[in-house]
Amino acid sequence: MKRLYRQANERIDRSKEIEFSWQGAHYNGYAGDTLASALLANGVKLVGRSFKYGRQRGIMAAGVEEPNALVILEPDTGYHVPNARATEVEIYPELVAKAASGIPSLNEDLRAWLKPFHRFMGAGFYYKTFMSPASLWPKYEEQLRKLAGFATAPSQPDAETYDHYNQQVDVAVVGGGAAGLAAALAAANAGASVLLIDERSQLGGELVVDMGRDPAALEWFKQTRAALEAHPQVKILVRTTAYALHDFNLLLALERRQDHLTIGARNPKQSRQRLHRIRANKVILATGSHERPLMFANNDLPGVMLASAVSRYQHEYSVLCGSKPVVVGNNDSIYDVARDLVKAGTRPTVVDCRLGYDASDLTKIGVIVKQGYTIVKAEGRDQVEQALIAKTAYNETHGWVVGNATETLTCDLIACSGGFSPLVHLDCHTGSKPWFSREYQAFLPACDKADRYVAGSVNGHSDWQGAAAEGEYVGLLAAGQAANPAAAPKLLKVADFICPDLGRDKVFLDMQNDVKASDIELAILENYRSIEHIKRYTALGFGTDQGKTGNVNGIAVAAKVMNLPIEEVGTTTFRPMYTPVTMGVLAGSEVGIHSDAQRFTPMQASHLAKGAEFEVVGQWMRPWYFPQGSEDMHQAVARECLAVRNSLGIMDASTLGKIDIQGPDAREFLARVYTNNWAKLAPGKCRYGLMCDENGMIIDDGVTACISDTHFLMTTTTGGAARIYTHLETWLQTEWPDLNVYLTSVTDHWSTTGVVGPKARRLMEKLCKDVDFSAANFPFMDWREATVCGIPARIMRISFSGELSYEINVQANYGRFLWDSVMEAGKEFNITPYGTETMHVLRAEKGYVIVGQDTDGSITPYDANMAWAVALNKPYPFLGQRALTRSDTARAGRKQLVGLLTDDPNKVLNEGCQLVAETGSKAMIGHVTSSYFSPVLGRSIALAVVKGGLDLIGTKIYAKPLSYEVIPVTIADSVFYDQGKEKMDGEV
Amino acid sequence: MFLIHCPYCGELRDEQEYRCAGEAFIQRPGLDCTDEQWGDYVFNRTNPKGRVVEQWAHSAGCRKLFVVERNNVTNEIYAVRTFESYKEQA
Repeated sequence: MKRLYRQANERIDRSKEIEFSWQGAHYNGYAGDTLASALLANGVKLVGRSFKYGRQRGIMAAGVEEPNALVILEPDTGYHVPNARATEVEIYPELVAKAASGIPSLNEDLRAWLKPFHRFMGAGFYYKTFMSPASLWPKYEEQLRKLAGFATAPSQPDAETYDHYNQQVDVAVVGGGAAGLAAALAAANAGASVLLIDERSQLGGELVVDMGRDPAALEWFKQTRAALEAHPQVKILVRTTAYALHDFNLLLALERRQDHLTIGARNPKQSRQRLHRIRANKVILATGSHERPLMFANNDLPGVMLASAVSRYQHEYSVLCGSKPVVVGNNDSIYDVARDLVKAGTRPTVVDCRLGYDASDLTKIGVIVKQGYTIVKAEGRDQVEQALIAKTAYNETHGWVVGNATETLTCDLIACSGGFSPLVHLDCHTGSKPWFSREYQAFLPACDKADRYVAGSVNGHSDWQGAAAEGEYVGLLAAGQAANPAAAPKLLKVADFICPDLGRDKVFLDMQNDVKASDIELAILENYRSIEHIKRYTALGFGTDQGKTGNVNGIAVAAKVMNLPIEEVGTTTFRPMYTPVTMGVLAGSEVGIHSDAQRFTPMQASHLAKGAEFEVVGQWMRPWYFPQGSEDMHQAVARECLAVRNSLGIMDASTLGKIDIQGPDAREFLARVYTNNWAKLAPGKCRYGLMCDENGMIIDDGVTACISDTHFLMTTTTGGAARIYTHLETWLQTEWPDLNVYLTSVTDHWSTTGVVGPKARRLMEKLCKDVDFSAANFPFMDWREATVCGIPARIMRISFSGELSYEINVQANYGRFLWDSVMEAGKEFNITPYGTETMHVLRAEKGYVIVGQDTDGSITPYDANMAWAVALNKPYPFLGQRALTRSDTARAGRKQLVGLLTDDPNKVLNEGCQLVAETGSKAMIGHVTSSYFSPVLGRSIALAVVKGGLDLIGTKIYAKPLSYEVIPVTIADSVFYDQGKEKMDGEV
Repeated sequence: MFLIHCPYCGELRDEQEYRCAGEAFIQRPGLDCTDEQWGDYVFNRTNPKGRVVEQWAHSAGCRKLFVVERNNVTNEIYAVRTFESYKEQA
């Protein structure tokens, strides 16, 4: 164990020992440990293998920036988490974790055996090596896939649930370090409602390290936290990552509510994670900064760590990361780390590339301080064993010049610091570009958007007092109070980047994706000049860590190679998410049955009782067919079709969209939106209408009834109801505000029972006594106000099957009663309920189109052979009228709707099947839009669109399905059944 | 994600309640226009960078359409107005 004696502000609970499993072995840690701190305490150095070269990797950081320690939690269960960062995982009793990398295992990685070839595997290796012959790529890919990626995907469905939470707040503060705490308290004290968000399990951020060093910091923290927790205006969210900041201060945050609990102790009635959608009047970003590693050869060896992380492990978890440390860096922060390590009982060696820092307090107690030196190489077999250091010199033109290694330091830990990168991510999500500070050698947030503030180390503050002062200042501003500006940031003095010698040694920038400094050079040699291109060619920052430790070093190397100032190279684009977000929490509770609304007609219970199978149309659950006994769909549909043709069927048509249109100009409105004439439609009559868009293409059809001169009831296709209603409203409100018309969606208000078949009249006469149903007095396309089974109803004599058909519309709450009553009364006619499939067959037998199936947005009324529905002489041209005479719309040879008869009457074509003119031809002349076996005709029928098809009736062409068959078919009239309309009036 | 003030409901509401209905004030040509003019009207949009004038509908609210003048680079909303207010101005 590398656990130290109790540290001043340790956050582990030594009374609660926790046993967990790592790589199949059992380990112990304490409550409050992360998986990373517990593994370090147990002396585990190797936690991962690298992406490309299979190199050994250890824990490098203490927070979300960790590139190496990717782990799988609870593998192969419903709680499987791929690619969690060990530095963020709070251990819990019975936790099972394993490494996310290693092929085949963490200890033996076959990619590492390829070491002699690694020097040929630079940037673009796979692109270049496996690019030809292109035909072999699928085979290459199959093999390479096995070598790529980290964790396996979950094999079980997610056992947990997720939810979303909307909230509004005056001030949202991101980050619970010194600046964030001060900002939240100041804003709350000034009267604002405040939401304070922090990604860790406890507040404090990097102040935790200061608390270990400075009792004043600890005291300030305790007081501030207590004040915040007691404050009625403050809400604190811990274990919550603000991962995106969108326009108008929409802040998205992921709260991990149960991830830190043993599986069995999680409350299944609560969500595992919650997505907070936060609308804040003001946002304060106190997001802090991440340390950058130094660039030197083998800087990826286990035992090379970020200096600040070493201190963090010491102060927060009382874990000593190494007994013989070397602390190396280019800024003053390393001396504080060295002092920490001295306090922990070690004798670190300090290596500073600069001269002049007064480290007499350290040298006095025997610490070796090498100023004017830097590290050039780490060596060791499985972990760091020694560090090679060399003399440095700085000149204005070339920056740092590093000599050859002059000294070897034996060590088991290299704690390095290359400066700090402020976490500008959220500020950049809305398009702001960070600016480069030469003094601080870092990209700082522009913070140029309204209602947003930054404070603390994200803004360059290096001392907690300065960060807290700035936090208080912006907290007051955000709450709308005047405040005296905080002092300018006390910037840490950070020396320029020390770019490595680009020789054969491996100097890693992006540990997760194995991107080396030499890869950046190669990309530039190959003329990738933009940092965005360099990133994509080398995969710099492509990993799950998004280059949090590596990107800025990569930019510095690119700047050096291209001999440009860093600010001219710039950064790549910061996009959401800041850290990975589970798919589950994005979906929230909208999964499974809740992924879309389901709509049912009032008759649903009756359909279920009849054993209906359902299909989803729009959001409606519509009966598809009603199987009896062991019937399959084809048998059921054949029976239903023949029942309708020979006797009586009943169909639930309630789902059709219905729009109530009222107003003095209702008739004129219909004339404008439909292609046909509406001027003479009298009350009591119905008419079929065809609707086009401004491009002249059919978008909808349906029957509209004239209730009175100023009142019409329009029906739309089931799936198009909402879209057509919107379309009509848009025209009414924008182009024709002068029309006095009101639209109301009444789809749900009416239920519609269709009674269809030769015996329909006889049934209606049984059910309704106040209407004369004779063909002469209630002709086709009329409607009547009536009383059916004692219910007020509108009966429309319209037909989608060619049979005598009455659609009985009643107020929706009577829908089921009416349906059941009709079923009962129809028994003597063997009344047969039928679903959408039979409806489709029946209408296809009559050549009636379904908009969206036989039309696809490229079919005009003429193409659909419906010139009879186009009236070009209306006073106000209908929508799309001008388009019908455009050269392309009016040309010959457009695809036109026709019927198809297969030579083999039993061969049913596939819908979508391509049509060609000659057996050997590959030139498509059309495709099948609808295809069924017609029970009444005893043969296969199809509708199709064929180029110039209306002039080709009787011509033999060929269908070519994907099965490579060639099926001879003959173009026919699209009306297959009852061309003479003899069945329209049913049994007299 | 915008917050848009609906001029009919009189409230600042989330973008999710609205639907963008495309460029505003497109002139609809008459039947006597050329094919090119009609094609322009149906298909071509100015798509400027910067200030845009769009129709938006409060589709999950009052269902009214109105005009939003905004900047599609900075996403700043300059004005939200009813069609009537433009008519009065003209």
